[in-house]
Parts: sequence; structure tokens; C-alpha cells
Amino acid sequence: MKKKLHLPGELAGQAIRNVFAKPATIDYPHGDPSIPANYRGRLVYDAPRCINCLMCMRDCPSKAIRIENRGTKENPDMHAYLNVARCIFCCQCVDSCPKKCLSASNDILLARLSRDELSVEL
Amino acid sequence: MLLDILKILLFPGFAFLAAYAFLLEYVDRKAYARMQNRVGPPWYQPLADFFKLLGKKVIIPRNAGKRTFAALPVVSLAAVATAYVSVPVWGRAAIVGYEGDLVVVLYLLSIPTICLFLAGFSSHDVYTIMGAFRTLTQMFAYEVPLFIAFLSPAVLAGTWSITGILAFYADRPLLALVNLPAFFIALLSAQSKLERAPFDAPEAETEIVGGALVEYSGRYLAFMHASAMCELAVVTSAIAALFLPVLTGFAAADFALYLIKTLALLLLLTLLRASVARIRMDQMLNFCWMVMTPMAIIQIVVNLFLRGGLGL
Amino acid sequence: MSERDGKFVLPIGPQHPSLKEPCSFKITLDGEVVEKAVVEIGYNHRGLEKACESRTFVQDLYIIERVCGICSHAHTSAFCRCVEEMCGLLVPRRAEYIRGIVGELERLHSHLLWLGVAAHEIGFDTLFMYTWRDRERVLDMLAAIGGNRINYGVNTFGGVRRDLEPELIAEIGRVMDALEEKLKYYFELALVEPALIGRLSGIGILRPEDVRRFSAVGPVARAAGIMDDTRIIEPYGVFREIAVNGVTDDHCDVYGRTIVRVKEMLESVRLIRVMLRELPDGPISVKAPRRVPAGEILIRVEAPRGEDIHYVRSTGGDMPDRVRVRAPTEANWHGMSYMLEGFHLADVPIIIAAIDPCYSCTDRAVRLTDAGGSSLHAWEELRRLGIERYQSLGIDPSGIRLREFPRG
Repeated sequence: MKKKLHLPGELAGQAIRNVFAKPATIDYPHGDPSIPANYRGRLVYDAPRCINCLMCMRDCPSKAIRIENRGTKENPDMHAYLNVARCIFCCQCVDSCPKKCLSASNDILLARLSRDELSVEL
Repeated sequence: MLLDILKILLFPGFAFLAAYAFLLEYVDRKAYARMQNRVGPPWYQPLADFFKLLGKKVIIPRNAGKRTFAALPVVSLAAVATAYVSVPVWGRAAIVGYEGDLVVVLYLLSIPTICLFLAGFSSHDVYTIMGAFRTLTQMFAYEVPLFIAFLSPAVLAGTWSITGILAFYADRPLLALVNLPAFFIALLSAQSKLERAPFDAPEAETEIVGGALVEYSGRYLAFMHASAMCELAVVTSAIAALFLPVLTGFAAADFALYLIKTLALLLLLTLLRASVARIRMDQMLNFCWMVMTPMAIIQIVVNLFLRGGLGL
Repeated sequence: MSERDGKFVLPIGPQHPSLKEPCSFKITLDGEVVEKAVVEIGYNHRGLEKACESRTFVQDLYIIERVCGICSHAHTSAFCRCVEEMCGLLVPRRAEYIRGIVGELERLHSHLLWLGVAAHEIGFDTLFMYTWRDRERVLDMLAAIGGNRINYGVNTFGGVRRDLEPELIAEIGRVMDALEEKLKYYFELALVEPALIGRLSGIGILRPEDVRRFSAVGPVARAAGIMDDTRIIEPYGVFREIAVNGVTDDHCDVYGRTIVRVKEMLESVRLIRVMLRELPDGPISVKAPRRVPAGEILIRVEAPRGEDIHYVRSTGGDMPDRVRVRAPTEANWHGMSYMLEGFHLADVPIIIAAIDPCYSCTDRAVRLTDAGGSSLHAWEELRRLGIERYQSLGIDPSGIRLREFPRG
């Protein structure tokens, strides 16, 4: 180890330089938080491709997703419901889906004013 | 007479002090944030914090002395504001200057610290008492170098009035350079007086949760904070008057110089705060008694001999 | 206020600014010096092992990922390796490399986080902000790889879930270059800055014999010169092909732990570069069965905080019969009182922080002992005591018919 005598405040140079540098943070609601394209945000559901196999419901660790067929077996009318409050955004449902009708979007602005609004239809 | 009262109440007295304290707090927080590569708060943040606290509910601990608890913020703020009227701001003379006001200012500036100690002690909480004792221990450590450092320019100038000292050095600017060591000691002890890093052990939030003010809330907390910020303004003003005697002779220009000097001092203190870690109480005591106090004593002895030698 | 024989008992926690999670320390003070420290954990019991036992293996993966908020990848790596070994799956080489890259990125982000927390504990907020700023770059990379900043969800049984694209590989390389410069600066800072050395050295001492006695792991053990890095003493996955240069130090104190962590970060940067360069082509996963053959297994993985042990027992179904997670912090708690005693109150936060404690990873279950007046009750006796208690309150519950609970 160096035996040179150092005064406290080695960081002062960096601190002064940073005053004139661009800040690393943003003024949140206004700046750009730059979410990667493959981020695991809110789910997107492509109803016509769904075959009602319910693998997503079976594998969901938090029982957040629910698939419902409102039509008949021959003439399906598929709906997916997601409880965003329960969803842990692991996207196992996306991996489990054999027909790739579920996918993740990079939408992260999911806060709502009431708990009821968190149960959404995809 | 009426003009004097207006001066004390409005400008450059109490109202200006309050406004300037908010500005200094903003500059301090913004500069601190930018030194840390952050965006930092908007300009109205100190005001918003103050008014938000004013509207909050006040909770006084059951076993705290209620009158003391409520009176301390007022006493603290009053002492700081009183000290301010003896510091030159507009022009070269203070509003109320008299022989010996330097000592009065120093004692008035001790009152907020004692108020802080009493606030912690009267709150009857384990963290506030730890904070109170640390405040007091720290006060005994920095008060000696602070006093000696503030008095050494006075010894050389041969007057105990801040206005007089400023006038003395303004006529002989080169002599002010003699006080350079005392200037740095004054800055460091001011930093510990204001309990800012690296001397913020009395309010170390990671150890004792914020120290003496833990139990304070609402408007009492707001005024405690306000008095701390005003104390910062007064201390920087006093250091500027004693150690940076650059004057033009025009009152308005001197006032602009005053603003520049105090802001520069504040930025120095902010840089110090940003670039070091908090030191432990034992390290703080060692530093004050083994380094700062001997240096301050040497300074005052040098100034005494210099005064004799120059035949002032 | 608690005073006993003129001594101050200062409670730190369960809620305290220096603790990131609830945990209680009863510090007996003699002036400013810690005379006795009692550590009480158990505020964070989440029942995650039981939760794992009542869900399928696939679902458990995401519970295991949430054992720890920082080393999520280390835990899933261990759990996946348990399942893969039991199913006899051979993980593709590319998947092992991607796991290794994510694991080392995780070590970087965990150690940078630690450095920031340690700086904050000693009141060095500027260093705290700088390290967390640099940590953001690593988190951005992890988010780009896995799709989330903390729970990357990269691992799955039989491989990884997402591949590394060439652009991303180039981007990680650029981030590593920028980060290495910063890390070297921090290393230099740790060597020369008196404010850091003065606050960190000589406190929280745990000598090699104490490390063995308290069975400490990770940087705490390595700071005492004991090499216990699982990547070296029992190489797994990608580390069978790429050798790790172990980092040890002989300071035995908090300063040594800081040096070890900063050096490990530089080593992680080197490992990530090597792995990115030698990343093989091929598939990233093999298909894993839903039912895991009967058997039991114990796997060790090097998490950023030290050795992470997972035990899984299966009876042949799609749910595990037993899951046991021993997070590294659990091993490091035992020496905590010993490390705290004799030092200043001002050093308590940094000594606690120096093991990089992860409270909720550790808390498992309440232990009943005979000491301190607690006792074990049989079910009937407990029920009788309950009825008596309510009768003493003026409520008579004896008429309520309860369903018979299964015994055993």
C-alpha cells in the first residue's frame, strides 16, 4: 500500500467536475426513463390465436391471469383478464404459451388510483 | 429611530435574513446534488419544505417538558436573528455596531447549539439523548478553536467590534492574509458548529436516527430547521466580514460583494460536506484538540506579536 | 429509555434508518463503546420454503428468484441446478456462459450496492451516489438481458430464457470498459482516502480462527485470508472452463472486506470480458420435464454475499417435497455479536453492513428453546390454555365445536 500522506477529501476533484457535468438522474415524470424494448412489463394478449389450453393459468406462480371462453367450442370468443396487483411480471405465461399469443410489452406505467382498476382485460 | 427599526425588521435585518437563509439552503442543496451528479431540488424546495412542516400536526412527547419543548425553536431563532444585526451587510457598518459586539455575536451563536442540546435532553428519548450529549461534546471541542479563530483578527485590529475590524482590514487588505490559518480554522469549526459532514455525528441518521430533533415535528421542527439555516447565513456572514475584507466604498456594491463572499463560503462548506465521510466522536475530539486548537493558539500569539511589532 | 446499572441500552431496530430491513439489535453501551450486543432476527419470516412445497417446480422458480432482492440469479441458479441434476439434464454450453455472465453482472451490481450502502453508513453520501450511479449502468444491462432490473428471470430448467444478441454483447463490453475505469478509481480511493481508512480499518475484526468458529462465508471469510469461493473450490457451470482468480485479504476487518469486494468487482469485469469473448454458439436451453424424478440433492453456488446452499427433495411429482434455502447471510449472522462488541456505537452500522446482511433471505422459522421460560405445548394442552385464557377474559369458547386437526 502507498505510504504517501493524503489529506481527506480525495473526492473533491470529482465533485467539482460533476458540478459542470450533465446529471446522471432525470426529473422523473418529465425525462426519458429509457425502458429497453424487451422489458417485461404489462402483458399483451392476441385472442384469435389462443386455443384455450390454459397452460398460462396453470403455470402462473401468483394466479394473476385468467383466460375465459365466452363463446362455444366451435366458435370461440376468447378473453384474458390480468390482475396487475398480483402479477409479478415473471412472464412464465409467455414462455408456457404454445401458440405465442401472450407477449410482454415495455409498458411500465401501471399505477392506478384504486385496486379495482388494477384488474384489467388484456 | 423609526428607520433603524425598519432596518432591523426588514432590510438588512430579519426579513432579509430569512429570505437569504432560504436562498442559501437552496444553493447548498442544489450544489450538493450537482456535486453528486444528481439533478437536485427546484428553487422553491426549501420554502415548500418549510410551509409543509408548518401545516403538519405537532406531537409533543408525553414526558417532555412542554414549555421548554415549544420555547426552544423560538429562542434559537431569536438568538440567531439578534446576532445578525451586528454583522455588516449593507455598506461597511452593521445596523447595530458597538465595541465588543464580536463577543456578543459569538455567544449568541452558541445559543442555538445549547437549544439543540436542551431539545434533545427534554425529549426524553434514547436517540435524542445520545444526540444531545454528542451535540454538547462536540460543542466543547469546537468552541475553543472557533472563539480563538474569530478573536485573532480582532486582536490584530485592536478592536472588538465587527464593524471596526472590517474597517481596519479594508484599509490594510494585505494584513488580512495573516489571518489565513485562522480563516480555515473558522471554516472548519463553523462546519462542526452547523453539524454538517464530516462533523455531523450529533445527527448521524444511520447511528442515532437524526439525533436531538427526533421527537420534533410540525412547526417546531420547521423553526428548528429555519434557525439552523439562519445560523449558517450568520456564520458565513461573520466569517466574510472578519476574514474577507474586500470593500469598494459604495453601499450597493459592498452588498453585492457580501452576497458573492457568503455564497462562495457556502460553496466551500458544501464542497467539504460532499467530499468527506463522517468522522467518529473520538476522531472529532482528537482533531479539535490536537490540531485545530494549537493552530488557533499559534495564530493568536503571532497576531499579538505582530501588533506589537507593527506598532499599531 | 432503558438504563440498567448505569449502562445505556440502545435499541437499533426493528425500524432504524441504517437497517434496510427489520432486524433488532440490543446494544448495551458503556459511554460510546459497545459492551454487549444481542442480535434478534426473525421479523421477516415469509414462509417461502413452505410456499415452494405447495407449488409446482416451474412456479417455485419465481418464488426462489424472490428469496433475495439482490442475488436473485444466484438463488435460481442453485435451484435450477438442483432440478437439472435430478432430471439428468445437460445444460447447453451457451446457456452456461449466459448464466455465468448474468451471475458476474449480478456480483457487480451487488458489490456496487454494498459499497454505496457502506459509504452511506459512514456518512459518505457522495461516494454512495457515485457507486449507485455506476450500478445503474449494470442494472440497465441486466434489464436489457433479462427484461427486469432485479428479478432478471434469466434462468429456467435446462438453460436460460433469453439469448444474448450481438448488439447487446457489444453494449455490455462498452459498459464494462466504462465501469472498469470507475472501479479502478474506487480501488485507488479505498487505498488512499484517509476518511475511508480512518472509519473502516480496525473495526469489526473477525480473525481466521473466528471465521472457522462462526463458520462465516463470502467476503467476510475472504477478508480473513480464507478462500471459500465456491467458484474455485468446487467449480460449477462455466467456471469449470474459465478459471477464477480468487481474492483474499489479511486485514480481517471492515476495511479488508471493502478491499475484497472492490477487487472481486475488477475480477468480475475480467470474467465477463472472457465469457463474452468465448461465448459458444448453439441452443440456449433443453426441454425440461414437468415431473422431477424422486431423489434429493444439495447444491452450492457462489452468491455475491458468499456460499448459497439449496437442498431439494422430490417424490417424483411436479411439486417438491422439501426445499431448503440457506442464504449466505445466515452463516454470517453467528459472528455478529462478537464483531460488534468492544467497538464504538458509531461503528455499529458499518459493522452490521459489512457482512452485507440480507435479512429476509435468512429468516426461516421461529425456534423454540427451553431457555427464557418458553416451553413446548402439545396440541390439546395449547387448546386448553387458550380456552382458559378466553374464560379469564369473560368469554366462554368451550361450546364452540372445532374441526379435528390432523396430528403429526
